[in-house]
Amino acid sequence: MTLQIAEEATGSPVINVSVFVVFVLITLFIVYKATTRNQTAADYYAAGSAFTGVQNGIALSGDFLSAASFLGISGAIAVHGYDGFLYSVGWLVAWLVALLLVGERLRNTGRFTVGDVMAYRMKQRPVRAAAANATLVITFFYMLAQMAGAGGLIALLLNVHSKGGQALVITAVGLVMVFYVLVGGMKGTTWVQIIKAGLLLLCVTFMSVFIVGKFGFSLSAILDQAAQRSPLGESLLEPGGWYGDGAMDKLDFVSLSLALVLGISSLPHVLMRFYTVPNAKEARRSVVWCSWSMFLFYLGILVVGYGAAAMVGPDAILEAPGGENSAAPLLAFKVGGAVLLGIVSAVAFATILAVVAGLTLTASASFAHDVYANVLREGKADARSEIRVARLTAIAVGVLAIVGGIVTSGQNVAFLVSLALALAASANLSTILYTLYWKRFNTAGTLWSIYGGLGSGLILIIFSPAISGSSTAIFKGVDFHWFPLTNPGIVSIPLSFLLGYLGTVLSKDQADPGKQAEMEVRSLTGIGTKI
Amino acid sequence: MTKAVRPPAPNSSERAAGQGFAGHGDENGEPDFAAIQASPEFDQLRKRLRRFVFPMSALFFCWYMTFALFSAYGHGFMSRKVYGSINLGTVFGLLQFVTTMAIVLLYRGFADRKIDPQVDKVRGLAGVDDKE
Repeated sequence: MTLQIAEEATGSPVINVSVFVVFVLITLFIVYKATTRNQTAADYYAAGSAFTGVQNGIALSGDFLSAASFLGISGAIAVHGYDGFLYSVGWLVAWLVALLLVGERLRNTGRFTVGDVMAYRMKQRPVRAAAANATLVITFFYMLAQMAGAGGLIALLLNVHSKGGQALVITAVGLVMVFYVLVGGMKGTTWVQIIKAGLLLLCVTFMSVFIVGKFGFSLSAILDQAAQRSPLGESLLEPGGWYGDGAMDKLDFVSLSLALVLGISSLPHVLMRFYTVPNAKEARRSVVWCSWSMFLFYLGILVVGYGAAAMVGPDAILEAPGGENSAAPLLAFKVGGAVLLGIVSAVAFATILAVVAGLTLTASASFAHDVYANVLREGKADARSEIRVARLTAIAVGVLAIVGGIVTSGQNVAFLVSLALALAASANLSTILYTLYWKRFNTAGTLWSIYGGLGSGLILIIFSPAISGSSTAIFKGVDFHWFPLTNPGIVSIPLSFLLGYLGTVLSKDQADPGKQAEMEVRSLTGIGTKI
Repeated sequence: MTKAVRPPAPNSSERAAGQGFAGHGDENGEPDFAAIQASPEFDQLRKRLRRFVFPMSALFFCWYMTFALFSAYGHGFMSRKVYGSINLGTVFGLLQFVTTMAIVLLYRGFADRKIDPQVDKVRGLAGVDDKE
């Protein structure tokens, strides 16, 4: 029975592929139309800051309505129940950090990258290098998560099971993505993101309304049925289904929650989106819009997740190629047959495409703007060579993404994302908050908090059970772990705040009061912000 | 983006000719940031913003961590059934959705009424056009 579903659920690869191809063609056309000839750096990195708050808000949510959320979280809820639900709560609440503390101030202060803000009143070269390092590492982790989703999805939807065939498809997808970035820059990528987010919201809303209707508009009935079909039984609906009951499991759960709520507004590709709007007011509007669509989406995902458990059953989901990540596509097949499956899978593909394109752009901007223009050329690079470097970096990052996608597979993508979030929260959040709100913060403090957070996070991940020494580890058969938690957030995030404080207090160099005045006035009022 | 460090004091004739407390700082037309920062209007803007933003952040963070800690350590409590198969944990989680949107709307209202006018005031005094 379960095998049958898995086989049937591939539906018709022809439909899946054609829906996807139609999407790609439409977006390519829009990217082509929207693109400005002779792009300036502002066009390439920040779409000339010409998007409205509403457009950017939808695009922002598009960054999070990613493969990780759509496939990963719906799968986590279907298989692990309540613990998966925690993900979606964290994902939504996290926007408050962006809304209250970071978004508007960041928009007013920087121009293209996170490094702009971190280095604003500090020594340019070391801080920009540090910011770029953090951006590249975080983006790489996040990208791995997205590409890991792609492999499973291909197996499920195109019925391609050979490693070679999957590699071929990932390569094709990667090439389309690089093309978007090279041709469209930030404007093209943002449009892809807007279209995709709209489609995804429609799909999830449709599916969840259908499921709720089928169960007589009773959430309780859905949960009931889900619990009955789950091997976890009643405990599907209770905490601990995923993380278990041990003392370390519980601590891990708290660590994860912390990384979720603090990490999202510290991700470089999200922060960079704030530069695509003209001013702080629009930045605020975009977070408000983003919050609404996240609200809708995650309510929908809750229903879709438990609905998948109720209608498809966790066993069938786990046995399908792609494992947990296949819950939403399998449910789509149950609900709307091959056509809906085709649409949902095309949207899921588009999601990976759009998010990875955004990540590639972020990485290339960070390298070209921070490392090349400001560290290597000490601010003397002309705009044209900077963009050329950005494009070359985009190609290099694209190749890395393709290779990463081919290598990683089978991991729950939401889990991989949580590692990227922990790193982002550790390296970026403390630094950004200090530099925006703490007068005394100086170069030494900045470097301590970036490298301290990033370094401790990386070390703890390497020696965690996520990498070795557990049944779900990435490297099986070896065991060199000594850190008991899979998520380093609970240690590395407070540590980066502490190090930023100590670095500032213990160092002899003083904050530059002139620059501090400039930055504070600029961040609160936008005075001096030139587009 | 990275500007040369400005001369510390704006020249006095320009300052006298400038509007409000902050004349046009230097020959590049840079505003005098130190003067703006020291002005009571800016101080009020900063205070207002911090008085709202910091407590609100602390509030949602604690509320969210309460949820997370109960989910981790209060299994029995969170598993209590409230209505049908819906347990306290699920209700708690859905409440997080509600409070998040409430804070979003609250902040939007606050920023529209209290922050934006004050920003305009400071910008006006600094002699910067309202709209870019």
